[in-house]
Amino acid sequence: MSNIKTTELENVVVRFTGDSGDGMQLTGTLFSNLSAILGNEISTFPDFPSEIRAPQGTLGGVSGFQVHLGASKIYTPGDEADVLVAMNPAALKVNADGIKKGGVLIFDEDSFKKSDFEKAGFKTENPFEELNISDTIQLIPAALSTLTQSSLEGFDMDNKTVLRSKNMFALGLICWLFNRPIDQAIHFLTNKFGKKPSVLQANVKVLTDGFNYGNNLHLSVSTYTIEKSHELPKGKYTSISGNKAAAWGLIAASKKAGLELFLGSYPITPATDIMQELALRKDLGVKVVQAEDEIAGITIALGASFAGQLAATSTSGPGLALKSEAIGLAVMAELPLVIIDVMRGGPSTGLPTKTEQTDLLQALYGRNGESPAVVIAANTPADCFHYAFMASKIALEHMTPVILLTDSYLGNGTSLWKLPKLNELPEIKPNFAKPGMEGLRVTARDEVSKVRYWTIPGIKGFEQRNGGLEKDYSTGALSTDPVNHQKMVDTRNEKIEYINNFIPELKVEGNEKAELLVVGWGSTHGHLMTAVNAMNKKGNKIALAHFNYINPLPKNTEEVIKRFKKVVVCELNSGQFATYLRSKVPGEYLQFNKVQGQPFTVTELEEHFEGLLK
Amino acid sequence: MDTSTIQQYTAKDFKSDQYVRWCPGCGDYAVLNTLQKVMAELGVPPHETAVISGIGCSSRLPYYISGYGFHSIHGRGAAVATGVKVANPKLTVWQITGDGDCLAIGGNHFIHSVRRNVDINVILFNNQIYGLTKGQYSPTTKKGYVTKSSPFGTIERPFRPAELTFGARGTFFGRTLDVDLKSAQMTILAAAKHKGTSVVETLVNCVIFNDGAHNWLSEKETRYDRLVILEHGKPMIFGKNNDKGLALDGMQLKIVTLGENGVTENDVLIHDAHCEDSTLQLKLAMMEGPEFPIAVGVIRDVETESYDEAMTNQIAEIQAKSKIKTFDDLIDSCEQWEM
Repeated sequence: MSNIKTTELENVVVRFTGDSGDGMQLTGTLFSNLSAILGNEISTFPDFPSEIRAPQGTLGGVSGFQVHLGASKIYTPGDEADVLVAMNPAALKVNADGIKKGGVLIFDEDSFKKSDFEKAGFKTENPFEELNISDTIQLIPAALSTLTQSSLEGFDMDNKTVLRSKNMFALGLICWLFNRPIDQAIHFLTNKFGKKPSVLQANVKVLTDGFNYGNNLHLSVSTYTIEKSHELPKGKYTSISGNKAAAWGLIAASKKAGLELFLGSYPITPATDIMQELALRKDLGVKVVQAEDEIAGITIALGASFAGQLAATSTSGPGLALKSEAIGLAVMAELPLVIIDVMRGGPSTGLPTKTEQTDLLQALYGRNGESPAVVIAANTPADCFHYAFMASKIALEHMTPVILLTDSYLGNGTSLWKLPKLNELPEIKPNFAKPGMEGLRVTARDEVSKVRYWTIPGIKGFEQRNGGLEKDYSTGALSTDPVNHQKMVDTRNEKIEYINNFIPELKVEGNEKAELLVVGWGSTHGHLMTAVNAMNKKGNKIALAHFNYINPLPKNTEEVIKRFKKVVVCELNSGQFATYLRSKVPGEYLQFNKVQGQPFTVTELEEHFEGLLK
Repeated sequence: MDTSTIQQYTAKDFKSDQYVRWCPGCGDYAVLNTLQKVMAELGVPPHETAVISGIGCSSRLPYYISGYGFHSIHGRGAAVATGVKVANPKLTVWQITGDGDCLAIGGNHFIHSVRRNVDINVILFNNQIYGLTKGQYSPTTKKGYVTKSSPFGTIERPFRPAELTFGARGTFFGRTLDVDLKSAQMTILAAAKHKGTSVVETLVNCVIFNDGAHNWLSEKETRYDRLVILEHGKPMIFGKNNDKGLALDGMQLKIVTLGENGVTENDVLIHDAHCEDSTLQLKLAMMEGPEFPIAVGVIRDVETESYDEAMTNQIAEIQAKSKIKTFDDLIDSCEQWEM
């Protein structure tokens, strides 16, 4: 033990990779959670194939889970890995580009055999040389399968079940490498497998043996420690995925508004978790209808909105396309509705498990007629809670559909979340028709905010007929009058525009006197902020203006943008937000775009910004 | 129910102030009047009545009823109605739809709402044509029929709404003819009282694009020779002179004449709308002229838990068991640590 060096790190990136059946998602989750408990900041990103079980050992079946731990504010799951765990050669091949120079590779020797190399498409039996990494990384071979088998000798389990635990051996080894006591991992396992004592016992045994294996072998690599973070506000934290956070944001909003929560939805990757999470919450009175299709998902929800509940639907790009007409109906009927679009690679079926920001223009404009809806976007997995809450608040208080854009990266990734209390959250006051207003017309609205009064079936005196046909501004009767239609179109637009009185102003982060303003929106905030901070540390003058409220835009948008000489809009599409900004705040915008189904890397952003500053 | 109670509402209480804009002579008027009478008889106040529709001539109906109404988008009425009913099971929810709206663009929502058995009353106006788009064939248009979109006759096999309803495990199916008001009122009232999805196919005449589609049935002189009004527990007797009956011949239905060959009322089938096994009910629903009369009335009416009821019950059951009672409990329940 004494000859082992311990290196203190500011932050570290670990990536667990293997077959989609190897349990890499669980291993990664456990490691990130126990690190968070030890006081680190965390950010995670799962990267998995859409095939549930692609043929074992092939490139198509590789599943990954990246964890970024840090002693100070970290905003992203990290670019390259300091440590890569590869359960087979296919996992190594897919991830070889993502290992840092000097990084560590832990691999399962037992799965690095001739037939495994062939399955992964290696031509030789030395994958490290073939990938050109044999000199640049440190190798830690461990016969994970054999070691797991001997660890579980005497357990009454078949070989297949035994081998399923080898991810725990890898986790034990990683815990040793990072000086993480395994008690916390055991605690998590107890929570997960408490009802299956034999599975629990096996997992704990393998985990412990993995840890001791590292400890006893005096492996000739240095171990690492990562200091506790001292930057986070004190309080209780958990680690939460964007999808779960969004689901809980809706619940919180329903409680604040004094309404029941109703979700109509249809399973679609990567948004399904929202529906599943809400289906669990019958105890909080949440009603979930798993509909027959995407259209039914939103129209069932709209029926619930008509009936007076906080109604939402969750989907991804292809589903949003199918919901267009119903969103238009919500615009026309001026009913509150929250639509959460967890964006994925497109068009069409596209890349179902990968991340992109390519639905922006669809969300803004993908409907027939003049059909304005509110569009907002979340930054991090944890703040999906806040934005789902705000989406509900705006929908209920302004009687409009609100589209919340998150994406696969946020939905499945996790970050630290400071646990809220219901009484700390803002009030939500739906614009109900009030006693004394009996007999009011379906188009009756607050003349300043243009918000229609919400009348709820079951309440006497407010019986109304609503629908998708144009209505007369004053009488609410069906109307095709030309002047009236213009007035109604303008009213619906003004109602949305007026919401900019209730949303926060656009902030400038980084250097206020910057030579370059980076503009982003939604889930790219972490990468953009990290790159901007790194650039400023190196003596550059660069700033970030990041948008969460897209329609309407914050009031000070033009003022902020005009302050900077050079503006570059960075987004994971071919320039949708840049196009939108040009139409709202005309000017010259540079663009940095990437459409690869993957988040930005901080490195590529820095390189690009350096080029722009030259 | 105490039948001596004075009816609280009249049909007038369910009339809105909107001018009804169907073509003069349209069969929809009769259904609207019948519906308003049924609503009054049912006694659910207008503010607890929600009328939901999709798109089409008949889907304009919600504007003409004084309750809460929602004229939604093409084909989606069943889904919207599902949302309304599940959100607030105390409401009486009607879905107004046509053969195109319900069975073409809305076919998926129709079968799934029937399968779920959401407690909604579906009034399916079947005029075998697209009226509002001016005369194209619909999923119920007879094969070979010439319309604007089938100038040489349709080559499509039509749906039979009863078969679809039964296939989707429907718990209630009734049929009415626009001009036979008495049986229509009886059938729609039974539909409203049924717990679960009630499908009522109303055969209506489109005077403009498919005039006389149901003439064979509607003509006054022969109407009751060609129509059998089914009532639960009553013999299946029909005919202008009440002298014809339906009986079984092996597995098939046959028509018998009372008083001929020693046939008496005892030989005639008694209608059992409450029978779980739908074999005979389906046979009755599928009868076609000219060999057989067309069945109207309540053909199937079986009770089982409705979807909205099941949802309410499951929520109550979980709420009684779960330790999570509030949002703050939910937060406390998650894996957490101090930092």
